[in-house]
Amino acid sequence: MINPFQFDFMWHAALTGSLIAGVCGVLSCFLVLRGWSLMGDAISHAVLPGIVGAYWLGIPLSLGAFVSGLFCAVASGFVKSTTRVKEDTVMGVIFTGLFAIGLVMISKTPSDIHLDHILYGNILGLTRAQIIESVALGSIVLLLAIAKRKDFLLLGFDGAHARVIGLSTRSSHFIMLTLLALTIVTAMKAAGLILAVAMMVMPGATGRLLTKRLDAMLVTAAMSAVLAVWAGLAVAFYVDGAPGACIVLMQAAILFLAWFFSPTTSTSAAKTPSPHSVAMS
Amino acid sequence: MLASLATLLEPLHYDYMVRALVASLLVGAVGGFLSCFITLRGWSLMGDALSHAIVPGVAVAYLLNLPFSIGAFFSGLLASGAMVLVKQRTKLREDVVIGVVFTTFFAAGLLLASLYPARVDLKTIVLGNILGIAPSDLWQLMAVSAVALGFLFMKWRDLMLVTFDERQAMAIGLPARRLQFLLMILLSATAVAALQTVGALLVVGVLVTPGATAYLLTDRFGKMIAISTAIGGSTGVIGAYASWFFNGATGGCIVTLQTIAFVMVWLFAPKHGILMRR
Amino acid sequence: MNRTSLEVKNVSVRYPGGHQALRDASFELRGGTIAGLVGVNGSGKSTLFKAIMGFLKPTSGSVLINGQPVTTAQKAGLVAYVPQAEEVDWDYPVSVWDVVMMGRYGHMNFLRIPREADKRAVEEALNRVAMWDYRDRQIGELSGGQKKRVFLARALAQGGQLILLDEPFTGVDVKTEESIIDLMRQLRDDGALLLVSTHNLGSVPEFCDEVVLINRTVLAYGATEGVFTLENLSEAFGGVLRHFHFESSTVQSHDGRNVQLLTDDERPLVFGKDGHLEYKDRSGREELVKKRAEEVGP
Repeated sequence: MINPFQFDFMWHAALTGSLIAGVCGVLSCFLVLRGWSLMGDAISHAVLPGIVGAYWLGIPLSLGAFVSGLFCAVASGFVKSTTRVKEDTVMGVIFTGLFAIGLVMISKTPSDIHLDHILYGNILGLTRAQIIESVALGSIVLLLAIAKRKDFLLLGFDGAHARVIGLSTRSSHFIMLTLLALTIVTAMKAAGLILAVAMMVMPGATGRLLTKRLDAMLVTAAMSAVLAVWAGLAVAFYVDGAPGACIVLMQAAILFLAWFFSPTTSTSAAKTPSPHSVAMS
Repeated sequence: MLASLATLLEPLHYDYMVRALVASLLVGAVGGFLSCFITLRGWSLMGDALSHAIVPGVAVAYLLNLPFSIGAFFSGLLASGAMVLVKQRTKLREDVVIGVVFTTFFAAGLLLASLYPARVDLKTIVLGNILGIAPSDLWQLMAVSAVALGFLFMKWRDLMLVTFDERQAMAIGLPARRLQFLLMILLSATAVAALQTVGALLVVGVLVTPGATAYLLTDRFGKMIAISTAIGGSTGVIGAYASWFFNGATGGCIVTLQTIAFVMVWLFAPKHGILMRR
Repeated sequence: MNRTSLEVKNVSVRYPGGHQALRDASFELRGGTIAGLVGVNGSGKSTLFKAIMGFLKPTSGSVLINGQPVTTAQKAGLVAYVPQAEEVDWDYPVSVWDVVMMGRYGHMNFLRIPREADKRAVEEALNRVAMWDYRDRQIGELSGGQKKRVFLARALAQGGQLILLDEPFTGVDVKTEESIIDLMRQLRDDGALLLVSTHNLGSVPEFCDEVVLINRTVLAYGATEGVFTLENLSEAFGGVLRHFHFESSTVQSHDGRNVQLLTDDERPLVFGKDGHLEYKDRSGREELVKKRAEEVGP
């Protein structure tokens, strides 16, 4: 049996993928606790017109992706606050709209822009510039997320209390959205636009099942995500399949194992509210 | 002048283009009708999940030379079952469960497509390929649409009561659970039908946007259905027609038009538009 | 016409998880009455309600409406339901007229297209609750009391003989409460049987002719006077009940007899015979208040 990681391209993919996965793992904890899975899905689809637009203008594609992803999040919030349409519907309208516009823009782009790479990821073919960019973005997000983790936790758990003790919920909310958009832009390189949301949900769910404390959850999530990258790449190498899909399937497998062996698997735990939340209501 | 008219009419000279227009009209109209219920019940995430979750089924159907609707159906059923099971057995929030299950399914579909690239046409599944719609596909679509529209047209008042006040519906002896189940079946069937027209990624747009637009234009359920169906059908036809000039990005054109309609209504609707309210 | 009847016979409900919500509950009510279904949260009140509405099948026992099974009575349009305010999506695109028309579904054909008789019934019902002028309003544009009246009009239009009301007075002010009670009395006088689930003890004697008191089973039922006794209520509400004796207050000393006050989840505000505020724990408070008042000065 050949060791897949003796090849340079596999080695690079695994190292870059580990960093990306680690960042996604940390962010996904907040996403899972906050109930923002749909937001992650929406942002990841909405980056498409930004990428094509950036290509047209000759600016970095990641910048375009980031701007249009963030635009989706902010626009959803604004439209929601001005109408009676339900939040999930508003997000559905806006992200599919942006994605559709992206597709129409691509149809008018006579270029070598690789829709396949955008949709499904291209972790084995990352250029040097892309790797440097991922490392830089990933490090910034990771540091910020870890530094602000207590704020994010409180925000998801008890927004009113956060406001009372003087945290600016609006700015925390915005910082979290920004970090989310940045993370999705990096996650796309590994898993593609469609499966980026998996990288943003699976590790957090795994962490949630295995531990009750935030710091432990962050570490568990990040570790499970990194493990999935190595396992997924190896599987992709042996079966000659799509690496992004393999990574996500490995994450799903780890989640399944976590569920199977989780110490707190019980249906009643989900339904019993904590005494604290009762006291606040 | 004459020349430009000829350019405009050119798409209609091709049989496949006419088929595409009819298919888009049907998918848009049925999607528009259903989107009223999806919008009001908050089922958008469910619709999105379903449209991604049927992808591996379609891939398997390609590999086994089965009709792709059968594969899609089983795959959707399996995903729904998995979601219910995980939801019951873990403390994870519902949105997380949905996210986990549908991405797993989609990843499986993607892996299958990458293993057999020659036999599974991933691009068609994900982005749709309405121009490649065969006459037999169209007949199938017409049958599905006729059944769906017929049922919805006859039973929309009952469905209105069931979705508005399930308990009263049951109190007067309506088969509320059965009606909701039928609505879910229709939703799945339409998602499968729309897959070929707009692709898995944009199905949810067709199933959400017309309803959201109509919701801002009226306070009456009957009118909402009429408006939504009309928006869905007309954007379907115009979008498919326009896609002739946009390299066949049919789904993109249809959903872009629908989004433009939503934004215009959001801005200018008489009662609920943000610019008219001041 | 037969008098409406509701018989609940030895109903037990055990949920799939093994939780026994109701054990051997029995009672019987007849038309022309407003009956309160009273119990704390978790007493099986909503389970019993669901069983009567046919949402869940009792593990054992039976519910009969006019001597028939629930489903038969439902098909005949005998059962009407007035939902709790929180259960309704008030942004739903339906008008007052539409909501009341929903009550006529049982009388319509397969396509539910309203005929003259249906329209007349809706008009009559709306006039009766004084909501005819609001018929084209979207339901979210009404006040709390108006909303309740619309749903009562739906029960009227339906011709429901057994009308189930789920916590009808939550989030409603006292004046509206009175107008709803007034409307309920009219329906009672027409021969309907109104079953009202509530945990609000104080208002029960105000509007309930009869009471069904439950805590996992039916503890007592019958005329309000007979059922609302201290012993029954203590048994039904257990530790949740607050019991005020006013031992150290002027309320009891005026004629030597004892005033007792029961409440489930809120403290009552009591004024004494001179119109001053009553409270139990007075030690040190009067001096403190006097001192503070002096500090502020005249």
